Amino acid sequence: MKTLAPPTPITRPTKPPQNYLTEGGTTLKSWLLTTDHKRIGLLYLYSILFYFAIAAVAAALIRIELITPPGDMVTSQTYNKLFTIHGVLMVWFFLIPSIPAVLGNFVIPMMIGARDVAFPKLNLLSWYLFNAGGLLALYAIIFGGVDTGWTFYTPYSSAYSNTHVVAMAAGVFIAGFGSILTGLNFIITVHKMRAPGMTWFRLPLFIWSLYATSVILVLATPVLAMTLALMALERIWGLGVFDPALGGDPVLFQHLFWFYSHPAVYIMILPGMGVISETITCFSRKPIFGYYFVAFASVAIAILGFLVWGHHMFVSSQSVYAGFVFSILSFLVAVPSAIKVFNWTMTLHRGSISLETPMLYALGFIGLFTLGGLTGLFLAALAVDVHVTDTYFVIAHFHYIMVGGMVTAFMGGLHYWWPKISGRMYPEKLGQLAALVTYIGFNLTFFPQFIMGYLGMPRRYHAYAPEFQIYHVLSTAGASILGAGYLLPLIYFIWSLKHGKKAPSNPWNATGLEWQTPSPPPKHNFEEIPVVTRPPYQYSPQLGEAMEHG
Amino acid sequence: MGDAHTALQEQFDDLEQQKEASTLGMWTFLATEVLFFGGLFMSYITYRSFYPREFSAAGQHTIILYGTLNTAILLTSSLTAALSVHAAQENRTNWLFRYLIMTVFLGCCFLGVKAVEYHDDIQEQLIPGPHFRAGLPAQGQIFWFLYWAMTGLHALHVLAGVGLLSVIALLAARRKFSDRYHHPVEISALYWHFVDIVWIFLYPLFYLIDRYH
Repeated sequence: MKTLAPPTPITRPTKPPQNYLTEGGTTLKSWLLTTDHKRIGLLYLYSILFYFAIAAVAAALIRIELITPPGDMVTSQTYNKLFTIHGVLMVWFFLIPSIPAVLGNFVIPMMIGARDVAFPKLNLLSWYLFNAGGLLALYAIIFGGVDTGWTFYTPYSSAYSNTHVVAMAAGVFIAGFGSILTGLNFIITVHKMRAPGMTWFRLPLFIWSLYATSVILVLATPVLAMTLALMALERIWGLGVFDPALGGDPVLFQHLFWFYSHPAVYIMILPGMGVISETITCFSRKPIFGYYFVAFASVAIAILGFLVWGHHMFVSSQSVYAGFVFSILSFLVAVPSAIKVFNWTMTLHRGSISLETPMLYALGFIGLFTLGGLTGLFLAALAVDVHVTDTYFVIAHFHYIMVGGMVTAFMGGLHYWWPKISGRMYPEKLGQLAALVTYIGFNLTFFPQFIMGYLGMPRRYHAYAPEFQIYHVLSTAGASILGAGYLLPLIYFIWSLKHGKKAPSNPWNATGLEWQTPSPPPKHNFEEIPVVTRPPYQYSPQLGEAMEHG
Repeated sequence: MGDAHTALQEQFDDLEQQKEASTLGMWTFLATEVLFFGGLFMSYITYRSFYPREFSAAGQHTIILYGTLNTAILLTSSLTAALSVHAAQENRTNWLFRYLIMTVFLGCCFLGVKAVEYHDDIQEQLIPGPHFRAGLPAQGQIFWFLYWAMTGLHALHVLAGVGLLSVIALLAARRKFSDRYHHPVEISALYWHFVDIVWIFLYPLFYLIDRYH
């Protein structure tokens, strides 16, 4: 048994109780040198919002260009740079750190009843690596941009592109080590820092999903780093392992790239699933349906996710037999994903549902993720994939997962934990409105892309045939609504910092340990490390049923 | 004892928990490293199977004497690293320091031999590119590209290990470690063994594989 030093009671009746925002100083230096996981989570929040803003502007310019069929606003070269900025920043500098590095950093130690992550200094180093990478990427963007797309395919990237490929790749490489160290930190934290009584099967499902995510971060990211290094080396050296002139094989680059980038897709959805498990249970006042299934589905997704990268390469000259295998394995990933969706739905069944903002986002997530997942099955089918490869169908599919899934879950999670983070409540009605606006705007943006993709609209073109215009106009209209849906929370979150109602320690009557400490929490999270005696999500459905039957 | 107490970081309950976390942390980091090198090994495997004859011809030009010498040096250094952990466990702090210094010294020897070897390789025009050694097939350049990339990355790891172990040796000289508190020694040695093991794979791939006839 671990013995704990009894907390020294501090009584200062005149001062308000200290929390992590005030304890240790409020200077810029105290933030930049902090090792507190909660402050680091907030540092990540500011950083990713900054990169998100740039990437969103790129997306807006893309959508404006596409209102009319001819390429009349930007040149094709500029257009290439715009979608590269959008892709690189959104994937590596927004989505991958979004839930893990912001919400994960903030709540993981509290959820498991720890004072901090296992390696707080390493945690801060991750943030600096992430931003060093971000600055290099910004350098590449400002001094001319990159036109390879976020995939950096050779030999275009290594031999032909006249843009700042090496700087951009170096940015991703360095930020990648930030991700690796974050993943490492989370793995060790979950293994070694749990409070007494917090067994593996008493862990909230958010922890399971972030644990699975961390395993992917640690095992997949180094392969991307090496692949980009080889590509950059080839570009600098003038020849290399992917160079066809020497007998090198550009398809090997694709294999190595997707060996990382497919698992990375699960880095961009598993944490979202974790948030949904938290909010669905809380706002339907029921324990999760099939805890073990949901927990192990995360692990299964992480493992299977490593074995399906070839489905990005069905038309790349990869062997047909490899295609068969990758196709079957890709279908298999749908099983654990569907288990989660069914279990969330069963959790809702006969629950005492209330539609606060986090719940609206959670319900939106289930619908959008299901649509994104099902269209993923179309793409896993060899013959259909040949038809829709490199069309807007693919674009729509992965935006349903990454924006409809991950960003929706991120917004849900941010609203859910906002009282804990800031100590203030956000305005509920506006929150619900923003969730609805986002949902409508998102569908209007991306559903038309399924249709035009299926009809043959190729991705990455700035000029297109006139018959696709109606879909592009709808999509651009949707994007403006979506933009408003994202701007609204930004405004009222900032408003709430000063004017929001003071949040109690547990505004949702939720069960997690993070709600047993004041909002905002003290620097070391708990006055006394809690002892856990029960499984998570001990909500009372009977109470809900009783209310339902009057 | 005083040192052991101050070594406890505030997020941990006790030294045991801190030790377990650090050890698992290093193993996880090594898993990352395996995958990092994995991209290179995958490239090597792919092209060796594509171009076995060309790789064989190119492979005749690595300098087996240096490779073998370095293998011996690195294996010996792993022994001294293991002995340093043993010395720490038995609280023989003088020997802990001596073994660490020996390990650092052998690491430097490895890098010295490697530098001489690189020099000779350059003399022999074994850098892929326009001035690549005449008479070797084009695909041989991929072999030599991988040679430079893989042994170069490994040498960087040796350099990092030498730096790490130097710091540990410095701390050992200041009597920071004892039989109760020495996990920094253990996890540094773990890293050193990893560097050694990578070389155990590089040595046959670049020096031995086509030398049997």
